[in-house]
Amino acid sequence: MPTSLLIKNGRIIDPANKVDCIRDLLIVDGRIADPTAVPPSESSDSSEIQEIDAAGCWVVPGLIDMHVHLREPGEEYKEDILSGTRAAAAGGFTAVACMPNTKPVNDSRAVTVLILSQAEKADARVYPVAAISQNSQGNALTEFGELKANGVVAVSDDGLPVRDSQLMRRAMEYADDHGLLVISHSEEPSLSNGVMNEGIISTRLGLKGIPTAAESIMVYREIALAECLGKRVHIAHVSCAMSAELIRSAKARGVRVTAETAPHYFTLTDEAVMGYTTNAKMNPPLRSEKDRQAIRQGLADGTFDAIATDHAPHSMLEKEVEFDRAMNGIIGLETSLPLSLALVREGVINEQKLVELMSVNPARILGVEGGTLSTGAVADVTVINLTLPLPILKSRWSRKARTRHF
Amino acid sequence: MTTGYFFSHRHILDIEHLSADDIDHILTTAESFKEISARPIKKVPTLRGNTIINLFFEPSTRTRLSFEIAAKRMSADTFNISASTSSTTKGETLIDTARNISAMNPDIIILRHSFSGAPHMLSQYVNAAVINAGDGTHEHPSQGLLDMMTVREHKKRLNNLKIAIIGDILHSRVAHSDILGFLRMGSEIFVYGPGTLIPPGLKELGVTVCSNMKEAVQDADVVMTLRIQKERQDDPLLPSLREYAAVYGVTAQVASWARPDALIMHPGPINRGIELMPDVADGSQSVILDQVTNGVAVRMALLYLVTGNN
Repeated sequence: MPTSLLIKNGRIIDPANKVDCIRDLLIVDGRIADPTAVPPSESSDSSEIQEIDAAGCWVVPGLIDMHVHLREPGEEYKEDILSGTRAAAAGGFTAVACMPNTKPVNDSRAVTVLILSQAEKADARVYPVAAISQNSQGNALTEFGELKANGVVAVSDDGLPVRDSQLMRRAMEYADDHGLLVISHSEEPSLSNGVMNEGIISTRLGLKGIPTAAESIMVYREIALAECLGKRVHIAHVSCAMSAELIRSAKARGVRVTAETAPHYFTLTDEAVMGYTTNAKMNPPLRSEKDRQAIRQGLADGTFDAIATDHAPHSMLEKEVEFDRAMNGIIGLETSLPLSLALVREGVINEQKLVELMSVNPARILGVEGGTLSTGAVADVTVINLTLPLPILKSRWSRKARTRHF
Repeated sequence: MTTGYFFSHRHILDIEHLSADDIDHILTTAESFKEISARPIKKVPTLRGNTIINLFFEPSTRTRLSFEIAAKRMSADTFNISASTSSTTKGETLIDTARNISAMNPDIIILRHSFSGAPHMLSQYVNAAVINAGDGTHEHPSQGLLDMMTVREHKKRLNNLKIAIIGDILHSRVAHSDILGFLRMGSEIFVYGPGTLIPPGLKELGVTVCSNMKEAVQDADVVMTLRIQKERQDDPLLPSLREYAAVYGVTAQVASWARPDALIMHPGPINRGIELMPDVADGSQSVILDQVTNGVAVRMALLYLVTGNN
């Protein structure tokens, strides 16, 4: 007997099909069913159909966070695949792409297979991103072919920049052979020996600053390589105005570059570090108000293709310490959608754009299913209830990591 | 003192959060304590029964000695813990160290730490009052206060003065405290130093960043020189100390550009012949040893005030 789910009376926002209307959505056997088919109430056995009343809610293709850290294997005390995907589901995500900086690094079939086997019990789809270089050491490429064959969707040494430009060039060329996306953690290491954004706040706090040039120099290197080679690159967690401008102009020239930014970069500034708040310590760091405004502009004008969280859970052990000693990162899966909805409320982007940034584009960039409510598509669907209170209560959070900013 | 003024700070973590009234009150209190150190019997019973811990994670001679003398002249019991003897070398976190010390009920913890913000963190985990004795490249509030006390002693005011600060502003917690303090009291700050050692955002704070020594020092009421830290090797900040001395050193000629009654100051220890020439350091305008003397009085005032006296 087929299992069916009817989501009734919701506002269907499906930019891939240019749909924005109030109607029912029928799911049969895990696939989106034909909306013009016989209404379920007239079928022979309506009791088999589970119904959800979505009146007043948005019904959108399942949200995809293309940049998270699930910490498994190796640092399960911070997060693991089950807890991380529970957080994802709680935040409205049906799929996540997990970065390879686990212990050991995901640079081999063995680690990829382990992640995917854990993911079978998970609350969201898990797309592994493998390392560009072996052990993310920046010396030799990983086996892109075997990794791809075992379920990897992209490669990145995320957490670390690829220092060697020749290695990055080879990665872009070789990844193209295997249909893999190269994701760049753009950071010039000799300029980023600091703990927060360089500016008046770092001066006031006496903390060592990281200039925006540390990011933008490397963003431009990736653009130059992609442009020269005609290859594709994706820039992760863009934090500043200069990088946004580089990406905007590269796109205008037809360079095959895509980019993501994170909710903290369009919501917070380096003022959040005042008081030595370690939960506001991240890499790249929170920038100035001018940068925050430029990130919002970049979301509005299409410079950015995706909102991704860089969900980076840590335990108290890494955060309840002196600011210089604290590790980088905050969690984001539960707060990404509420913070992104604020952009819609504030008129920065419209509803369709939100769905493009959080579902349609991540699916397209990663080359994975989802991102659409077309008939026959996989039934990854997010129902957004706009009346739920904000911020999300701590007690309802479903992740292990206890450090948060929002 | 302002009518109805009440000193409300539990901790002394930085100058940034002190009002002009707070600074005035601390300095007035310090001035009243200064004569105790000139008595034959240099001891008053004010803090008898109080336990004060000097928790120093960085080497220090004069600041620690100054705090210890201040505490003992007020009859407090003092204990020194330095990085080499503390259990942090065994992997204990600062918070655990703080909680353990707190469990022994000290009244004041005086912390020096190489990380900016460490005193702020400590203050959240202990019952004792915390006094910042220098944190990373952030602030050194008691030094800022003793500098202001020294200037007020000689100039009879802290407003409408031109204060020139010369040297490594970026790494100097003394400069940060001085800048914030003198600005708050209504004076003007002119800084000059190598571009590699000038932090961003000074203009937004209201500081004039000068492009040459003369612009900074001309008609100054105070010329403050800063210690250049020879030990910083990780970053190509300076080509050589030789060149630093030639371009950024305060010589007698530089000092002559300031007002004739200008004060020459230095937080110590001095690299003689590098940032400050010996004839200037030892000249008639130098108040460098007054700074040290006033340091004891300022620290007595801080110990007195954070233990709830007003």
